[in-house]
Order: sequence, then C-alpha cells, then structure tokens
Amino acid sequence: MAKVTVVKKACAVNPLKMSQPIGGAFAFMGLRGSMPLLHGSQGCTSFGLTLFVRHFKENVPLQTTAMSEVATVLGGYENVEQAIMNIYNKQKPEIIGICSTGVTETKGDDVEGYLKLIREKYPQLSEFPLVYVSTPDFKDAFQDGWEKTVARMIEVMVETPRNGARRDPTRVNVLPGCHLSPGDLDELRTILEDFGLEPSFLPDLAGSLDGHIPENFSPTTIGGIGVEEVATMGQAAWTIAIGAQMRRAAEAMKAKTGVPFRLFERLCGLIPNDEFIAFLSEISGRPVPLKYRRLRGQLADAMLDAHFHIGGRKLAIGAEPDLLFDVSSMLQEMGAAITVAVTTTQSPVFERLNADEVLIGDLEDLENLAKERDCDLLITHSHGRQAAERLNIPFYRAGFPMFDRLGAGHQLLIGYRGTRDLIFDISNLIIADQEQNHQPTPDTWRTQETASPVQAVTTH
Amino acid sequence: MSSLSATIQNVFDEPGCAKNANKSEAERKKGCTKQLQPGGAAGGCAFDGAKIALQPLTDVAHLVHGPIACEGNSWDNRGAKSSGSNIWRTGFTTDINETDVVFGGEKRLYKAIKEIVEKYDPPAVFVYQTCVPAMIGDDINAVCKAAAAKFGKPVIPVNSPGFVGPKNLGNKLAGEALLDHVIGTEEPDYTTPYDINIIGEYNLSGEFWQVKPLLDELGIRILSCISGDGKYREVAYSHRARAAMMVCSKAMINIARKMEERYGIPFFEGSFYGIQDSSDSLREIARLLIERGAPAELMERTEAVIAREEAKAWAAIEPYKARLTGKKVLLITGGVKSWSVVAALQEAGLEMVGTSVKKSTKEDKERIKELMGQDAHMIDDMAPREMYKMLKDAKADIMLSGGKSQFVALKAAMPWLDINQERQHAYMGYVGMVKLLKEIDKALYNPMWAQLRRPAPWENAATNWQAKAMAQMDAEAAALAADPVRADEVRRAKKICNCRHVDLGTIEDAIRDHALTTVEGIRDRTGASGGCGACSVRIEDVLAAGPVVPQPMPMLVAAE
Repeated sequence: MAKVTVVKKACAVNPLKMSQPIGGAFAFMGLRGSMPLLHGSQGCTSFGLTLFVRHFKENVPLQTTAMSEVATVLGGYENVEQAIMNIYNKQKPEIIGICSTGVTETKGDDVEGYLKLIREKYPQLSEFPLVYVSTPDFKDAFQDGWEKTVARMIEVMVETPRNGARRDPTRVNVLPGCHLSPGDLDELRTILEDFGLEPSFLPDLAGSLDGHIPENFSPTTIGGIGVEEVATMGQAAWTIAIGAQMRRAAEAMKAKTGVPFRLFERLCGLIPNDEFIAFLSEISGRPVPLKYRRLRGQLADAMLDAHFHIGGRKLAIGAEPDLLFDVSSMLQEMGAAITVAVTTTQSPVFERLNADEVLIGDLEDLENLAKERDCDLLITHSHGRQAAERLNIPFYRAGFPMFDRLGAGHQLLIGYRGTRDLIFDISNLIIADQEQNHQPTPDTWRTQETASPVQAVTTH
Repeated sequence: MSSLSATIQNVFDEPGCAKNANKSEAERKKGCTKQLQPGGAAGGCAFDGAKIALQPLTDVAHLVHGPIACEGNSWDNRGAKSSGSNIWRTGFTTDINETDVVFGGEKRLYKAIKEIVEKYDPPAVFVYQTCVPAMIGDDINAVCKAAAAKFGKPVIPVNSPGFVGPKNLGNKLAGEALLDHVIGTEEPDYTTPYDINIIGEYNLSGEFWQVKPLLDELGIRILSCISGDGKYREVAYSHRARAAMMVCSKAMINIARKMEERYGIPFFEGSFYGIQDSSDSLREIARLLIERGAPAELMERTEAVIAREEAKAWAAIEPYKARLTGKKVLLITGGVKSWSVVAALQEAGLEMVGTSVKKSTKEDKERIKELMGQDAHMIDDMAPREMYKMLKDAKADIMLSGGKSQFVALKAAMPWLDINQERQHAYMGYVGMVKLLKEIDKALYNPMWAQLRRPAPWENAATNWQAKAMAQMDAEAAALAADPVRADEVRRAKKICNCRHVDLGTIEDAIRDHALTTVEGIRDRTGASGGCGACSVRIEDVLAAGPVVPQPMPMLVAAE
C-alpha cells in the first residue's frame, strides 16, 4: 500500500495536471452529435481545444460562453442562453454538455437554474438534452472532471426501466475511464463481441475520436454513443466499469436502473485480463474463444522474453491515478520497482499500489526524485520529454496529452494483446538505451565496483 | 483593476493603429474589443495573447497566477526557439485551490516567486494575472513590487486576465507591461550606429535565424528582439537602438510607436516572408540606420547582399517553377501573412484562387488587391463545408492554412500545408522561401493522394460524403435561385457588423430611408461599426455599391 503525500509548494513547476472542466468536456466528446460547452472565458476553451487537437490530430468540437469581465461580475445567464441558442440553431447538435470553470464558479453562477429558465423561455428546448456538470478548475484534476461528468450523464440521460421490464442478457454497459484510448475501446468492443455480447460504451470515444474519415462535415462530434442508446442502458444485464474512477458512475447506474456492476480497476497485465475474460465467459455463458487462449499464451511468452530487461528497473512514473495504477502495477509484476510515482489527484486505488509512496505533485518533483533515486525508466505524458532528455533514460509516453508523436488515439495498453505490445515496446526502448548508453568498455568494471551492488545489477 | 482598465483604454487609443485612425474620437474611446459571441467564438483570450507575446523571452521565468487550467492546459505548446537558456519552456503556475479562492492567493503568489528565485535564479520573473485571481482581487502589482524589493530582482506584473478580451488585446497588454516595467531600465555595455530592434518577431521554428546571418554580415546588430530568442537584459536596454523593424503590427504596434515617441526610435513595418519583401526590409533597415547616423556605405553593402541572395534564391527556385507553375493555392490565414505569403508564392508561379482576410487590416487588404487583382476572392469567415466547396469549385490543388482548419483539406484528400504558428518548418528570408516551395512541392506530388482519392471498391462515388455535402449545398443554392424573395432575405441577412449584430438589410434600409452617405451616418442610425470598427470598410463597400443589386454567391464575393 502506497502512502499518498501532497507536495507542499507554492509554485507548481512543469505541471503534470490538467484542469477538471476539460476532463468533463472530454467525456462529452464520446457522445454522438455532441457539442461540449465550457462556461468561462474564451481561453478556458481555446487551451483545451488546442490540447485535444494536438493529441488526436482531429477536428475537436468545443465551445465557449465567452464570458467577458462585465458578464463575469454580473453573472452569465445571458451568455449561457446565447451560447446554447447559437449552438442549437447553427450546429444542430443532438446534445449540449456544459461544464463550469474556475471563473464562473468563483462568481457562483447557478447554471442549473439558468437551464430551467432557458427551457421555459424556449419551448423547443424543453426536451432537448442539456447536461450540466460543476467542474471548477481550482479543484481536482482532469480525471475527476471525467468521473463527475459520466456519473452526471447517467443520472440525467439514462431512463429507469419500468417495473417488471426484462433485461436483455446479451447487452452490457461499459463505463471506461479517461485513461483508455479509442484504440483500447475498439479492443474491448472486439473482445466483448467475441463473447456474443452487445456493448454500449458510455462515453464512446472510439466512435468520435479514432481518426476516421467522417460521414459528413460536422461541427459536432462525428460519432460516439447516441442519446437514445444512453437512455436504454437500464435494459442491459451488466455494467462493466474500468478504472476506479468509474465506480461513481457504475453506482449511479445501479441506483437508477438496478443493473449490477463489476468494477475492473486494471486491464493491463496478465492477471487482470484473466479475471476479465473469466468474467465475460461467466456472464455470456460461452467458453473462452480460441483466439484469447492463443493471445494469453503470447502474452505469457512476451513476459518471459522481457523479464530480463524489465526486471530490476527502477521506474519513475507520472500519470493520473488510474493510468498510473494500471501500467505501473503491470511493470511491477514484471519485476520493476515503482521507485517514484507522481500523480494529480486522490484515488482509492493507491491503497493497492505496490509502492512506498505516491506524490500528488508535478513533473519537477518527478524529475528531481527520478534523478535522486537513480531511476532508469520514465513513463509520463509528452510534457515529460524535457525531463527525459535531461535524465537521459528510456522514456515511454503514456497518457494525455501525447502531442509530439503520432497515433495517440490508437495506443493500446489493455487486453492480452495490448499488454503484450506494451511489454515489447518498453523492453525495446530499454534495449536501445542499453546499446546506446551502456556499452561496456575496458574501464567500466572500475566504475561498477564503486556503485552499489543493487545499481550494478539494475544497469547491467 | 482600475489601472488595468486604464491600460486597456490606453491601448485602444493607439494612433499608430490604422483601424483606430479611421474612427471618431468617441468611438476610439470605446475601444476595439469585439464582443465575443457565446457559442460561436474560437481563439484565445487576453492571457493567452500576453503569454504568447512574452514567452519567447527565453531566460525569464514565466509564472502564471491562477488555477491549473491556465498553465496546466497550455504550457509547452509553442515552437519558439532559444539559442541559450531554456527556462522559458518550464511551466510555472501557482495552481491556486479552493482555499486560495476564499482567502486570496497573494501569499501563495509571493511564495511562488520566492521558490522560483531560490531554485532557478532567473534574471527576471514575469507574473501573469488570470481571471480567477483578478475576480477575487489579488493585487499582483503590489505582490510583484514587494517581491522585487525583497529579492532584488525584477518581478514584472503582466495584467492580462482572460476575460478582458481576445488574444490580440493580450498581445498589446504584454507590450504595455514591457513599456511600463522593462524597457529603459538598463543600459547596454556599448552601442553602435548599427543597432536595431526587431519588434513582434517570435522566432517560431527558429526561423529568424534564417535572416540573422545576413544582418550579421552587414554588421547590423540586433540590440533586442522582442521577443523571439530574447533575453531580459536586451529588452531592458532596447531603448538605445537607432531604429526598429516591426514584424507583426497587430500584436506589438504599441511598443514600436511608444518607443518612437519616448526615445525617438523610428520604425517601419516589414516582413521577411518572400524574396521581394526580404529585400525591401533589408533596404529599409539600412535606410533608417543611415538616417540616424550610420555611414552611407551601408546601403551599398546592403544592395550587394540583396543582389547576391536574390540570385541564389532564384536559382534555387528555378527547378520548382516548372513543377509548380499553374498550380492553384487556397490560402486560409490572417493578418500580415495574407499578403506576405501571396507575394512569396506568386514568385514561384503558383496561382492564388482565394485568400482569407479574417484578421487583416484595410492596408493588408489593399495590398492583396494590388497583388491579386481587384476580383481576388477574399474570404471573411467560412464554414468547413463551404471551404471544401471552395477547394473543389476553384479546383485548388493545395490549401495553406493554420492547424485548426487542416482537417477540411486532409479529410477531403487534399494536400495541405501548415503556415501558422504551429508549423514545423521555417519559412523566413530567402532560404525560407525556397523551403516553403519545397514543402509545397512535396505535398502536391506525394503519390499517396491518388490512392486516397480512389473510393473503396464497395463504395458508390455518387453517394460518398463529399458528394452528399456538395449535393446538399447545390440544392440549397438551387432552392434560393428558384425563390428570389428568400434569396434576397438570405442576402440581406448577411452580417456586416459582428459586434453589434447588424445585417446588410438593416444597413440598406437605413441608407434608403435616411439618404445616408457616410459610415458615421450609418453608425448613428444602426449602431453598425460601433464596436471594433473592422466593418467600416464593408459599410463603405455597401455605400459604394449604390442601389441594391442581388449578388449570386454571397460566400465568394470579394467582401471588402
């Protein structure tokens, strides 16, 4: 169990964290025909938009209520009204998802109240899906915004089934955490369908941000789960939640519809996938398809091949809680030590993390500690590239944002296949580093002698 | 906050601004922050603008006072390059929390400055004010003053909360911060008659380094570049320059103009995009320096360098000309780039089918007309679907634009090249021009396009999404053509003044009913052009057009 420490600094240096409202907006991007709207000044939206575009290299819908100084002081009713009407009339979305920001929360805008007034004023909006989530920037982080927004979607959009309504035994709800990429969701969909199950993903980024050529010019999302499908999620037999952050949403689903849920905190690694596949076999009543027996064998073989390289590595990782827990646990189970772990926000998963300590901090903390503790593998998002350069150790990019490499939307970290590929990728980085930076010379045995025995083992 | 509003007033009252000069005194006071449209706006805020303008000062710690959104979502997103210090790439933020919002964030800010000074010891700390601390009343000026006194180091407040206006206003507020707190506070070790300032150049992708060797060769010293690859000290003594070149007038005109006023440093506006413009700029720099006392022989040397560089560039372009002549370019960009790039591309025989003038000034537009002829397609603002139609109808071969519109072209399997700030390549100077053509050539002749344009074997070409979108637009156009009343309604509904939401119909009615002949008269009757004033040119055009004539394609009309 890891002790969670909050770093006490007045100045965050090289932030790891991103803001809560864009985490919320991100969740809205997994709905079809959706326009996420940030209630704040223009920059709140613009920064998020740029970040998403750089990560996915796709058109990203995101709008702003464009709060001016005066509107901020007087209250933003008119801006919310105008924004909704402009979007509704011009872009013809199927849903508008609204997240508050620091500036409108500081003022204390009552957006739920505004929406009520707006619906009264414009009868055409009386049934139109408008979902509001409170997400101040000065609290929590990206992952929390996602967590709150998905739970809110369920509370607002899912219908309670009538008494005695039959559940469809093949339908399952999947509530993925924000650490899963569109590529991960596609993999999950394939696995579930191979068991004859029909999954509904909420949210479904695989439909909206997986980088395909769209059906149409659309200012809103070009795919994702439809509003009507969300409404019927109460008819599913099971809810599968992935990542501890999704417990809240799964519980909301259960409270509203009675659908039982199973939470998988991790899906990277052998054991978590064994549990997942066994569970699918159980709820579908089908044997495990041959394909997964083979993939399991391949993963096991990958672990055998890679343990020489990953074993003994001292890992420095900076990520949001669920991603950190997932990837670092897998590497720890491959023999690496979680030497430095830095995260953005509190989470119950750290009780199960096999490390001494998790810091809620920034990339400066990650870099300094990695240097101090002589780490030899760094995992974090693209902002860690400067630190990796200075530390000169193998650097694997994981998490959001990943703006300096292509294919972020398709990065696969889960399932037997994803774990297998991740293990190979990381091992190859380590091997390349070994070849470039740690070739023995006639003199190296001398320096080894002076190093501690543990270091000698880990670096050679 | 009163000092901030005074600063904003001051920035709006900019005699060097072409738009501003055309306004009445009362209008000038109202300023030009266009009221942003909720649900229809995009682009950065004032804080964004201030940070963009100052961040290329490479040895300075840029500390953002606000919640995590302002820095956490945005740091490390620009490609300015540094020849030395890399501290500008480090993200610093107070990341204020709920407690700070309730009790005030000034103490945290002070401690943050202290931590930065202790750990990083930069020559100066720039502190950016954002919306939330501005709302709760954190006085960053006072904190910066106290910290500067305590730590014996310049701590510069940049008052730029996002909600005061758009990015461009933020650029100017950044300029004011330099004028108020930095410029003129130190002295250079020595001066020469060849000292110049470059203002509004950010050294994106290191492109200014393509030009600097020429200046070095001529013995012209860049005393200070504001702010590309800049150092704090250089800006602090920049008031000793003999002349200045302003590269981006939209962002930093207040600096150039006020330095002329305060220190007598003459400036001109120039560009290093394109061969002709590069030569003109070099000549102009030499001319101004000679005017301020440099020896006249500088001009001869400059002409010699120009002749040599032009010959080299033309020779390098020659092989591309055959491949690029007659190829058509759709240019979607804004401001100074709209004409400077046009000139550059025409030099290689490329044909321009349209250019966007969304952010251009009246002068920019005049230059485009000069370059492209009176019926140049100038596009104000366009939906992606219309942009695609434009690409297709005009049979453009390639689109050049900023990153945000790239997907219109790419998803339509059209070549595209980034010419905005996120671009990977440097296009400045004589070498940059050749590089730009090389990139265009690479994009145009990539064999991939032929594969991508082939429909999947199971797809009916008539029903793919592009065809559907085009059919939809044609149907809309046909419906309008068949219904003259509706067509006129649509025509009249065209927004002329975006700030005050005045459409063409209202203005035409006002002209007819009140026999108006001036922009002022129309402003009094309808409120149009009472905001940013950018639409006064459009109104002049309406006046010039005389009696109402229906226009066939509102989208493609040379709007200004």
